[in-house]
Amino acid sequence: MKYRKLAAVAAGIVSLTLFTACGEAGGGGGQTPGSGGGGTITLGFSQVGAESGWRTANTKSIQDSAKAAGIDLKFSDAQQKQENQIRAIRSFIQQKVKVIAFSPVVESGWDTVLKEAKTANIPVILTDRAIDSPDTSLYKTFLGSDFVKEGRKAGEWLTKEFASATGDVNIVELQGTTGSAPANDRKKGFAEAIASTSKFKVVASQTGEFTRAKGKEVMEAFLKSQSKIDVLYAHNDDMALGAIEAIEGAGKKPGTDIKIVSIDAVRDGMQALADGKINYIVECNPLLGPQLMDLVKKVAAGEQVPQRIETEETEFDQAKAKEVLPQRQY
Amino acid sequence: MIKHRLFWPTAALIVLLLGNFIAHPAFFSVELREGHLYGSLIDILRFGAPLIMVALGMTLVIATGGIDLSVGSVVAISGAIACLHLSGLENQDSLGGTAGAVGIALGLSIVLGACNGVLVSVLNIQPIIATLILMVAGRGLAQLITDGQIITVNSSPYQAIGGGFVLTLPVSILIAVAVFVLASLLVRKSALGMLLEAVGGNPEASRLAGVRSRRLIWLTYVVCGLCAGIAGLMISSNVSSADGNNAGLWIELDAILAVVIGGTALTGGRFSFAGTVIGALLIQTLSTTVYTLGIPPQTTLLFKAVVVMAVCLVQSPAFRRKLVRRRKPKPVTRARQDEKVEVSA
Repeated sequence: MKYRKLAAVAAGIVSLTLFTACGEAGGGGGQTPGSGGGGTITLGFSQVGAESGWRTANTKSIQDSAKAAGIDLKFSDAQQKQENQIRAIRSFIQQKVKVIAFSPVVESGWDTVLKEAKTANIPVILTDRAIDSPDTSLYKTFLGSDFVKEGRKAGEWLTKEFASATGDVNIVELQGTTGSAPANDRKKGFAEAIASTSKFKVVASQTGEFTRAKGKEVMEAFLKSQSKIDVLYAHNDDMALGAIEAIEGAGKKPGTDIKIVSIDAVRDGMQALADGKINYIVECNPLLGPQLMDLVKKVAAGEQVPQRIETEETEFDQAKAKEVLPQRQY
Repeated sequence: MIKHRLFWPTAALIVLLLGNFIAHPAFFSVELREGHLYGSLIDILRFGAPLIMVALGMTLVIATGGIDLSVGSVVAISGAIACLHLSGLENQDSLGGTAGAVGIALGLSIVLGACNGVLVSVLNIQPIIATLILMVAGRGLAQLITDGQIITVNSSPYQAIGGGFVLTLPVSILIAVAVFVLASLLVRKSALGMLLEAVGGNPEASRLAGVRSRRLIWLTYVVCGLCAGIAGLMISSNVSSADGNNAGLWIELDAILAVVIGGTALTGGRFSFAGTVIGALLIQTLSTTVYTLGIPPQTTLLFKAVVVMAVCLVQSPAFRRKLVRRRKPKPVTRARQDEKVEVSA
């Protein structure tokens, strides 16, 4: 009897703690009620989560530009779970929003819920990540980065930078999380760009899981197992930042002894670029809010939009980094 | 010598190191560079130090028959709160400020460990469930502290914890060695170790024998939290930043594996700190091997799984007996005799 009571108390604590956990993990989660009037467009947006600085900047951009564009935003945070996103989309359909936009957590399994949206005549926009479905009528358009192009840009910079080099150029690569779309595509684009020149040799390529700690650990091992490293290509800034520490620990100068090219252009990366420790960064822009709001307006008005729209992205060298660093938001 | 219970894990570690040496002859070379020791072996020690810390704490918890899944989250929280405190300081290089950050982080880790301990020892919740709460909620808490961002700090005394060197030796490994020696002395030179093994072996019997098992169990979770907190400081200071999402992700599983490879049974009872350290070094060596041999990332997990499975199989007396029996049919009787001897002993 005593134990049963105790178990009930315990279960209560467990569920309570779990509930607070969900609340905490949400960060800016939950749905914010809009204040729009009769004529305004209502946009339901389901975000992946708040897993990185990039994502946080992405969320903020969408929230800010919705306000600026006078669009009533219903924002929902899925905390990296597909079922949360599906639930959010169903609730958007019930609330009869004008447009639904979301960043899919995974590529597959969206057909059913998107058919429901289609039946309810609510157009859907995908942002930042694509879905894998043969039925392209399920969404109006995809707004996001072209990861292959980002990799290609990094490779193209390399061919220019080492145009006059005569000997072999030994490259080590820090890949993103194994199997993720950005890791696969950035590797592919880079390989394409350097394929035509035989002097470029990728001598080692390992995953640094997009984190600083792993980037440092893997780079330490590269520095010991490879006799000569000329270039480091990192799939994101964070891994490059970790690798910089490893290179410095080995008594070499990052940016000079070993040239570094990376992708993303987050604030810390831009700082390292301005300091001369990174040589070149290809931008992966999270600030797609303004572009998204334009699209929402067009779609809501029934205008035709292209099936795929790329976010506006640029590249930075060291001089340009010094210039833009003070205004960098993320 | 084969009978010694640390023989097989040590042998596996040596085989792995030798394999690296054959593939890459400079593997064992250690030189002095930038005023500190530099080489692959030093890397293994340096990057293995956080895992050793977490695994030592985990050994105590597992010895009492429990398990602590929340260590990864505690690692993240500890690094996050320390970096948050440091980033708010005007002079990040001040020793006092760094000490404050370390103090806050370790204090919080102890509190979190104590919470786990209360859930398990006072409220009698199964350890795997009790610590699962903090494993899930803790990661959220770490994200809340860092606001989903990576906090970068610029503090040389803080950076020294995980990335610095004293007398050419990495600070992190010195900390790990100090904790190992302290814990071993405490456990083996007093009755504490025996009491822990008694509680792990049979909590009810030890309670009836007058052992305050509840307090002991609570204490192991506190120590485990503290160890995870130290590991969190090492990980975050090594890269001078706190990453609430990824710091210490899945380290609880590596730590449990290190404990098991080290010969401590998950059912509780007998435990070995030395075995745990060897287990942790084995796991870290495995990662370094992947990088050195250039095993493609897609097959990394498979490679690690195969090695770990081989180590576990070779440690299993039943498996070894089967292997011997298949090769030479004769020693069957001898093996059976061995079994009998063990039973009567």
